[in-house]
Amino acid sequence: MKNTVMHMLEENVRRFPQKTALADEYRYFSYREYLAGALETAKRIGGMICGGEDFSVRDFGARIRMRCRPVGVVIDRSALSVVAFLGIAYSGNFYVPMDPALPAGRLQMILQELDPVMIVDARENPGELPVPWKVPVLAVRPMLEELSIGKSFDAAVYEKMEPEEGGDAACHVSTAPGGEDALITELLQEAQILRAGMIDTDPLYAIFTSGSTGVPKGVLVSHRSVLDLTDAFAEAFGFKSDAAFGNQAPFDFDVSVKDIYNALHCGGRVEIVPHRMFVMPAMLMEYLAVRRINTVIWAVSALRIVSDLRALDSMQTSVPVRLRHVMFSGEVMPVKSINYWIDFFPDTVFVNLYGPTEITCNCTYYILDRHFENDEMLPIGRPFVNTRVFLLETAGESEDDERKEGSAEAGSAAGESGKTARIISPSEIGVRGEICVEGTGVALGYWNNPVRTAESFTAKPGMPATLNRIYRTGDLGYYNTEGNLLFAARADNQIKHMGHRIELGEIEAALNAIDFIDVAFCFYDQKKEKIVCVYQAVEEQRKAIIAALSDRLPKYMRPNKYLRMEKMPLNAHAKIDRRLIRGMYDEGKL
Amino acid sequence: MEENRKELMEILEETRPEIDFENETALIDNQLLDSFDIISIVSEINDTFDISINVNDLRPENFNSVDAILALIEKLQEE
Repeated sequence: MKNTVMHMLEENVRRFPQKTALADEYRYFSYREYLAGALETAKRIGGMICGGEDFSVRDFGARIRMRCRPVGVVIDRSALSVVAFLGIAYSGNFYVPMDPALPAGRLQMILQELDPVMIVDARENPGELPVPWKVPVLAVRPMLEELSIGKSFDAAVYEKMEPEEGGDAACHVSTAPGGEDALITELLQEAQILRAGMIDTDPLYAIFTSGSTGVPKGVLVSHRSVLDLTDAFAEAFGFKSDAAFGNQAPFDFDVSVKDIYNALHCGGRVEIVPHRMFVMPAMLMEYLAVRRINTVIWAVSALRIVSDLRALDSMQTSVPVRLRHVMFSGEVMPVKSINYWIDFFPDTVFVNLYGPTEITCNCTYYILDRHFENDEMLPIGRPFVNTRVFLLETAGESEDDERKEGSAEAGSAAGESGKTARIISPSEIGVRGEICVEGTGVALGYWNNPVRTAESFTAKPGMPATLNRIYRTGDLGYYNTEGNLLFAARADNQIKHMGHRIELGEIEAALNAIDFIDVAFCFYDQKKEKIVCVYQAVEEQRKAIIAALSDRLPKYMRPNKYLRMEKMPLNAHAKIDRRLIRGMYDEGKL
Repeated sequence: MEENRKELMEILEETRPEIDFENETALIDNQLLDSFDIISIVSEINDTFDISINVNDLRPENFNSVDAILALIEKLQEE
């Protein structure tokens, strides 16, 4: 029985050790090298945590107390990060990807929340940490180079492949096979010893998402959740071992989890697409072509860069782009954008995926099986296997109250006790309710945050808390006549912007911490896709606000528009009249 | 020319207020602009300057600096 994600890696090493498993712009790793790199990382972590140079593989089993601890990973767009993730998993701990480009203040907050036992620097060019932290640091690249693990990129390897193939074992050999068998047996034995004693509910990773109180939350996900996710994807989409996943999502964004582990599940390959391609669509399509990428699971914005700029109209790639699966998630996909893709790739399977990080990437999917008109909404579909998704109607849910407009003060439906909760039947077409998820995908909770965990991960109505734990997404949905779910709106103050979930409360907390601002609030202009900040201050302070936020918020969370008011209007409860101000903005009076 | 620069700066600053567009010369190479920014900037530029930026014009050298974007706009206006 597979009870860790490492079982999948070992299975592929047995099946095709020489096959390319991971590739970035500069280098690639065969499955054997992937495993060897991960095991070496794990052993070094063991030695560094326990502080003993003589620490051996056999000590791992005896040192249970050093397991399930957080290890921070400084990431970039290289395959080294993925090797590090599996290495940390083999060490029995869980990884937490950290983008060094985040503002120092935010990284500091994450590190404080996390309290990692050590940090793995998986950057192409490891060096000084963006925020110094007093724990041991392991640099991956010099370690792998010392052991000659991984090969420099070689275009000839790809040229041998047929365009419609994602690359198969036969044509994709990355190392000479001499004396491999004994080495592989040894690696597999070592792997078994390292993961002995681990159970499927052990945490695999934590990913930090925006938190309404101003502090990011670390969503903790187990091996079991990821294993079930990959089983569900395999059942729904039938990936084969020649699948080549073109990774777009940064590794601190859970869309990337699907690339890494679906590839492991089917024995495919992860191709990490350089970030700059996603702003230059002609180069992006050429990259997909030459790297024989045939499966993409991207944020909506990444597909839109191609469709909204009509990049396929004049597509001229050196070899044809062959896409089998195009999947998207993160926010609502405009139908006209996806129709543009479908026109160019009529044989490709297009899939709308839905789900927050807290339920392990996705809980529902919808395969686009008919033509949609531009003014239609794409359904988010039906649950994956081993997942139950239902709508909960709570008191006031059907009223058009303030929280639907996104007021931070109104709070979240997820925070209510659920006393009056009622499960909406799929036959109740169009009735809105909060989307709730039950199943093995439900995350372990928020790291080091029992209060928020208790609020969001609750008991199913009518069930004891220990059974059928559910996650209340805070998203509102409804059923259509075909029994498919559709996303309606957020029940609280969270938005989706540039593929990221953002709590406007977190931006407001950062703004209200600035000393020259009397008070500030934010809203999202959906039409223009801009975060708007309205603030009350004695004088115009736009530049100073931007400077202050740059230290605390990642760029996708920083407002696009700053509007100053000398005095904000108050409502009958002596609170800022957000609705009135929003109306003024919409009418162009602000 | 000055008018073009002013209008372009307005578009850029509205999209990414925190970037120092006057002095930055590696907007793409340093990953300061992402896909959403480019979608929004290109569509605003097309509307404002009544031009049509072709996907093949979307190359780092045309978008790394304000001067480079201006040169592209002016080239397309002349065509």
